[in-house]
Amino acid sequence: MSDPQAGAGTRLVEMRGIRKSFPGVQASDDVCLSLDSGEVLALLGENGAGKSTLMNILAGLYHPDAGQILVRGRAARISSPRDAAALGIGMVHQNFMLVDSMSVAENVVLGMKGLPFVPDLRKVKAGIRELSERYNLRVDPEAYVWQLSVGEQQRVEILKLLYRRAEILILDEPTAVLTPQESAELNAVVRRMRSEGKAAIFITHKMEEVMTFSDRVMVLRRGKLVAERRTADTDPRELARLMVGREVLFCVDKRPFSPGDCVLELEGVRAEDERGLPALDGLDLRLRSGEILGIAGVAGNGQRELAEVITGLRPATAGRIRLKGRDVTNGSPLSLIRSGVGHVPQDRSSVGAVGDLSVAANLAMKGYRSRPVSVGPVLRPSRILELAKRLIAAFGIATPSPQTRVKFLSGGNVQKTILAREIGACTSLLVAVYPSRGLDVGATEAVRKELVAQRDAGRAVLLVSEDLEELAQVADTIAVLFEGRVMGTFPACEADPETLGLLMSGAKKEA
Amino acid sequence: MDLVSSILTITIRAGTSLVIATIGEIMTERAGILNLGLEGIMMMGALSAFAAAFHTGSLAFALLAAAAVGAALAAVHAFLTVTMRANQVVSGLSITLFGSGLASFLGQRLGPAANNRRLVGLSGPRFGQVKIPFLGDLPVLRSVFDQDLVTYAVLLLIPLAWFYLYRTRAGLWLRSVGEDPQAADAMGIDVARTKYAYTIGGGLLVGLGGAHLSLAYTPGWAENITGGRGWIVIALVIFSMWNPARAIWGALLFGGINAVQFRLQAAGTDIPASFLNMLPYLATIAVLVLMTWWETLSKRVGAPASLGVAYMREEK
Ligand SMILES: Nc1ncnc2c1ncn2[C@@H]1O[C@H](COP(=O)(O)OP(=O)(O)OP(=O)(O)O)[C@@H](O)[C@H]1O
Ligand SMILES: [Mg+2]
Repeated sequence: MSDPQAGAGTRLVEMRGIRKSFPGVQASDDVCLSLDSGEVLALLGENGAGKSTLMNILAGLYHPDAGQILVRGRAARISSPRDAAALGIGMVHQNFMLVDSMSVAENVVLGMKGLPFVPDLRKVKAGIRELSERYNLRVDPEAYVWQLSVGEQQRVEILKLLYRRAEILILDEPTAVLTPQESAELNAVVRRMRSEGKAAIFITHKMEEVMTFSDRVMVLRRGKLVAERRTADTDPRELARLMVGREVLFCVDKRPFSPGDCVLELEGVRAEDERGLPALDGLDLRLRSGEILGIAGVAGNGQRELAEVITGLRPATAGRIRLKGRDVTNGSPLSLIRSGVGHVPQDRSSVGAVGDLSVAANLAMKGYRSRPVSVGPVLRPSRILELAKRLIAAFGIATPSPQTRVKFLSGGNVQKTILAREIGACTSLLVAVYPSRGLDVGATEAVRKELVAQRDAGRAVLLVSEDLEELAQVADTIAVLFEGRVMGTFPACEADPETLGLLMSGAKKEA
Repeated sequence: MDLVSSILTITIRAGTSLVIATIGEIMTERAGILNLGLEGIMMMGALSAFAAAFHTGSLAFALLAAAAVGAALAAVHAFLTVTMRANQVVSGLSITLFGSGLASFLGQRLGPAANNRRLVGLSGPRFGQVKIPFLGDLPVLRSVFDQDLVTYAVLLLIPLAWFYLYRTRAGLWLRSVGEDPQAADAMGIDVARTKYAYTIGGGLLVGLGGAHLSLAYTPGWAENITGGRGWIVIALVIFSMWNPARAIWGALLFGGINAVQFRLQAAGTDIPASFLNMLPYLATIAVLVLMTWWETLSKRVGAPASLGVAYMREEK
């Protein structure tokens, strides 16, 4: 690979001819990559293109089958994260590497070399506070990780790297779970670090972020490096094309909106979150067939609880929920599945899919009580396989085989698996919570198209999203959620970002 | 007053082996490894301690033998579960079966020719009470300060283990491995080494717990000398919520039941002996039910989150 132009700083990292294969996939195929000090490199690629794999190799978590890594010009043997840390390489992983039951301070020093045998946690906490201040990363060092929101956990991950004085930072989809404001804050932190001569490799699926965060972009496709551009010389459209290998439409065609009968009705619904605090606070909602109702709002305002109450996973403490006129308040998940409710949950790895089961088993999971998947109590493996093959092809799930265990799929492909199953099981209502989170542009487009197809087929779709652009594009009606209540509902065509933003922050709607 | 003192004395003496083993198993489980081989390891510890003491006459050597045998058996468990990634329950149970069987076999082979090569019925060196001046003469307190050396060591071990687990770097590393091995690994902690170290170290302590039985509590060798203590320890670990500082309460409770049962039997009551012998096990069940109930009520689970789960780096 040729280097268009070396950056201003000195060469920090060079990866040459990296290869890595997993059973059935070549995750890295002769990849070369370089990084200079004071530079932010964006790594782009479809789900399963091998971005995380390549970065895990640099961070010492995976061993490459072949290839060479040079750090500051010298050949480096990185056989464990410890070696990587000693070279100043730190990584924020796609799924956070935090110990929930420990405090922020304990997590920050975890595994750190040179920590005294009896660590002085007061000193550590003071150090964390100082860093928090300097980089504007607010987090309480005394808090336990399980008490933190995802945004705060993300800050802890970054503080971990800063505290260890990492010079080479790898950020694997750090913004996938952040609100737009939090992403902007992260951008400021990255800029600040860059100005201090540190370098970062940044993975994201959001084109605007590539344009604002990075100096240079590298595009991976099926484990191969397919393009390299200076950010200034490219645009989102070109990048998307390079990634997917075809033109990506940034808009979705819809039939005109013609809603039918009321499918879902919520009246004064209340529910509590894990800590027993009110999460839904007398919520009213109406959703008709052939309608996509978008739920806008900053994460943590009751979105997840709303979806769970509707699908029977969380008890409602008050209020009524009616599905096609029938009272289903606090119905069991099974009875709701039987009434044709599909659910794409927020937490795809623990609620949405069983990692240790095969893709085929996961796809059949909602249909196993009836034909063609089973006859009476007996499963029919050949039919399951047939069904799986059909869904894998229809949804473009990238998997070595239907028998591959789901935990080996890339994040995006796990999401597609869930979506394929839920859409198959859905006959009346589909509840989708952040369905395109962590998906590449191609997959996002596919998901949005699928949601619209469900609507056009006369089903009702409840779409929870933080992405206002997504809502504007897909939804027919938008409701803004704030602290467990609906702040306002209006047709998507009349919703402008400004009003939405105001309502999302809790401001009352003017008459 | 005298009755209280005597019950307390027996309680502490009976509790010693339980505390050592409980702390050992807490350390092992904190690394995410469940070792159900305790009963067998304790049995082998008791046997090797007594055999070594009998033949060499040295108590130090006896402790060393018990520690080494405990560590060796636990190393087998570590190898099977960490390196071979075998199911921890299956591996632990086989070690219990193997240890108990081997101990009873060796008990009939390691003795002197004069006793038909059997160890049963012999007496050897033992840990006697060492009274601590002044404190050992006070009422009630004397039951704490008139004990054997192993018991004193255990009384020191409790705060040390607590400090190690919650205040030192190594303790932090250890807890992280049991909670989230993936995170620990990503932060540069050698997960496999940690699991090995604490499984073996825990087994070492469990072996010493067995040694206290055959060298101090019920000196000598007898078939089934542990009497299910290994199983009780599994319950005690849960009872102490994986915190060494709390290990003492569970051990005292069970030691106390032992002592009361002892006393009642000596006093000759109408309660059948077999019922009295059942008490510690009944208490175990009661404790487990209560703790589980309390855990669900308080929504707080004390168990290390990855307890019993094998970890392999590139296998998510
Ligand atoms: N530990 C593993 N075992 C087996 N296969 C794996 C493993 N890790 C990754 N893979 C496979 O390697 C390929 C690349 O995965 P990787 O996680 O690097 O993708 P990615 O580019 O990060 O995708 P995403 O955007 O969805 O995170 C995928 O096909 C995935 O299924
Ligand atoms: Mg990834």
